Amino acid sequence: MTSPTPTKRGRFKIFLGYAAGVGKTYQMLDEGQELRRKGLDVVIGYFEPHGRQDTIARTEGLETVPRREIVYRGTTFQEMDTDAILKRKPEVCLVDELAHTNVPGLERTKRWQDVQVLLDAGIAVLTSLNIQHLESLNDQIWQMTGVRVRETLPDWVVDQADEIVVVDVTPRALRHRLERGVIYSREKADKALENFFAEHNLSALREIAMRHAAHEIEEKLSVGDGSVPSAGQHDSSPAAQPSGRKECILICIDERPSAAVLIRRGRRVADYLRAECFAIYVSADPALSHLSQEQRESVEKHLGFARNLRIEVSVVQGNVVADGIVEFARTRHATQIFMGRSPSKGWKHRLRGSTLHRVVRLARDMEITIVAERRR
Amino acid sequence: MPDTRPSPDELLRRVEAEEQQAHRGRLKIFLGYASRVGKSFRMLDEGRRRKKRGQDVVVGYIQGKLEPDVSKVLATMEVIPGLKVRADGREEEVMDVIAILRRHPQVCLVDELARDNPPGSRNHQRWQDVKELLDNGITVVTAINLQYIAEQQDAIEKVTGKRARETVPEAFIRSADEIVIVDAPPEDLQQDEPSSTTDNRRLSELRELALLLAAEVVDQQLHQSLELRGVATFLGSQERILVCITPRSNAKRMLESGHRNAVRFHCDLLALHVRQNALSAGDQEVVEKYLALARELGAKVHTLEASESASAILEFARRHAITQLFVGHSLTSRWHDFLFGNPLDQLIEAAESMDVRIFPHPDLHSAQ
Repeated sequence: MTSPTPTKRGRFKIFLGYAAGVGKTYQMLDEGQELRRKGLDVVIGYFEPHGRQDTIARTEGLETVPRREIVYRGTTFQEMDTDAILKRKPEVCLVDELAHTNVPGLERTKRWQDVQVLLDAGIAVLTSLNIQHLESLNDQIWQMTGVRVRETLPDWVVDQADEIVVVDVTPRALRHRLERGVIYSREKADKALENFFAEHNLSALREIAMRHAAHEIEEKLSVGDGSVPSAGQHDSSPAAQPSGRKECILICIDERPSAAVLIRRGRRVADYLRAECFAIYVSADPALSHLSQEQRESVEKHLGFARNLRIEVSVVQGNVVADGIVEFARTRHATQIFMGRSPSKGWKHRLRGSTLHRVVRLARDMEITIVAERRR
Repeated sequence: MPDTRPSPDELLRRVEAEEQQAHRGRLKIFLGYASRVGKSFRMLDEGRRRKKRGQDVVVGYIQGKLEPDVSKVLATMEVIPGLKVRADGREEEVMDVIAILRRHPQVCLVDELARDNPPGSRNHQRWQDVKELLDNGITVVTAINLQYIAEQQDAIEKVTGKRARETVPEAFIRSADEIVIVDAPPEDLQQDEPSSTTDNRRLSELRELALLLAAEVVDQQLHQSLELRGVATFLGSQERILVCITPRSNAKRMLESGHRNAVRFHCDLLALHVRQNALSAGDQEVVEKYLALARELGAKVHTLEASESASAILEFARRHAITQLFVGHSLTSRWHDFLFGNPLDQLIEAAESMDVRIFPHPDLHSAQ
């Protein structure tokens, strides 16, 4: 008997930019054209023209799989038709705006999930992404720009990419494009120039995008062959404690909204340190029955959020939260505990007798990180 | 908030710098990590678009062998012919600086920034030619391969085993008004023959170096522009780690951890010792030893005199845009205070804008 050979996963390539208008889509289409010239079967799965003539011109000659229409609350929306693409089965599919959220009612809520389906079916995907959509940067980007980016994707999706290409222009050139009305309509452009597209915001986003791409390259090199040092440094082993213990970060979740900040930051630091990452919620009743409905929902949201970022989460029974945290940290050989600040005002009351205070006292052999508050 | 108002001298310096800047041409550099990433094309394409927008653009130098797409753009541009110079029995073409100065365009495109001119030339190296154009108010758009930057040679040699003969000082690259990274995965480079895995590995390493250098230049420009405008915005686009050193903290472990983190994040590591009272000779020696270790690990070391360590540390950290503050349990020398002595409480409370990482006391650590 012969079993069907498993489909080889499609190649995944991301064109990474730091803002709208840097030319990601243009470059993605350009590459699509190039691959088509080389004889590959290329289709456009989703393309957002934004009325940009230069970009639209690059689609010429490329087949587009028609979008699917979905009526939601009386309005018709168009989304990528993943099933139709699977049926068409091209070798390469171009998918604009990886971080897009689908309109409710589709099988999958996020476009990156649709892309996973295409990749699993052996279709190579070229896609575009702006750095601000990366989940772990969400708080930082909000602090910098005042914009809370709603459409995010977990960092691990980007880690999966076989190739990341940085699409770069200078902020000055980008602002010129904006002024000339290439990117948005006049009115929208004026507003953008003052806010998100302020030069220092663009520079900061650009720096982050470059660093992130460098980080991804370094990670790939470390996976490829541990014995050869990567360019920026000469330590491709996982970050270890002096004792040789692998770094392991434990994130302490509570019911406050700020726990999301903690989760993102813990994940990010763990990624950079190549550390393991766990999250824990300690409660007198693991069924969370003692919490108000609002608190319970909040905790469940945090736990789900952490899982989504591929953090192993545990709800642990414990009458004293700090003791539960430290005991768990010991069993799991955590080297660092990530905690938030205490909620009450006045530092004397906040620290003494607080969970944080107690954890610091109990976890004497561990490092404890009190994560920054993000404010504007 | 730190006082960011500039002093009169500082204001004068800025005005002068701006005036000087106003007469100088702008320098824009396309940085790639290898040949064949498409730097020359991007440079010419920029020239083409500027010309279309009505700027007076010439090509000051372009390399001999050209890809078809480059030739196509080049055909539409005005080229200032190079000077043919005989050196070592070979004929070489150099950029004709005098002809360009005489023609005095708004914008001049210069390919291959890292070139030595033959003996007897006006300038030894091409970047000096470019500097002359800039000083004369001509904007220059140029392209360079990372492998030809002088200060990167040690890192490059570790990757490729080779050093470049002709180089440009990194300070000149950093002086650019704009830098653009021309990126492409190694697999995408136009090559005559398929590349090996080792080649791709090396190229990936060079690519990482180029991205990190570009990020550093962007960071530096960002801070300069914020400073110039007296804006104290904290953007946190780059991690910065500060290790606080006291005689009784586990400074060795903190510094080593700081170093590992700095390597991972490719970020600056700073070490600070705040001297409150006169230290005993023994403690002073310990601190000196730690500061020496900090320097060894590549940290920028600072010492301050202050009556109150927590506020001194915080002020320093804010001024240096620190994102991660490493402290030990022992900020004061009083034994009974080492567990949540007041300074540490205060520090945690007030350092809201950064991560505070508390390290175990050495005595506790060894007792684990």
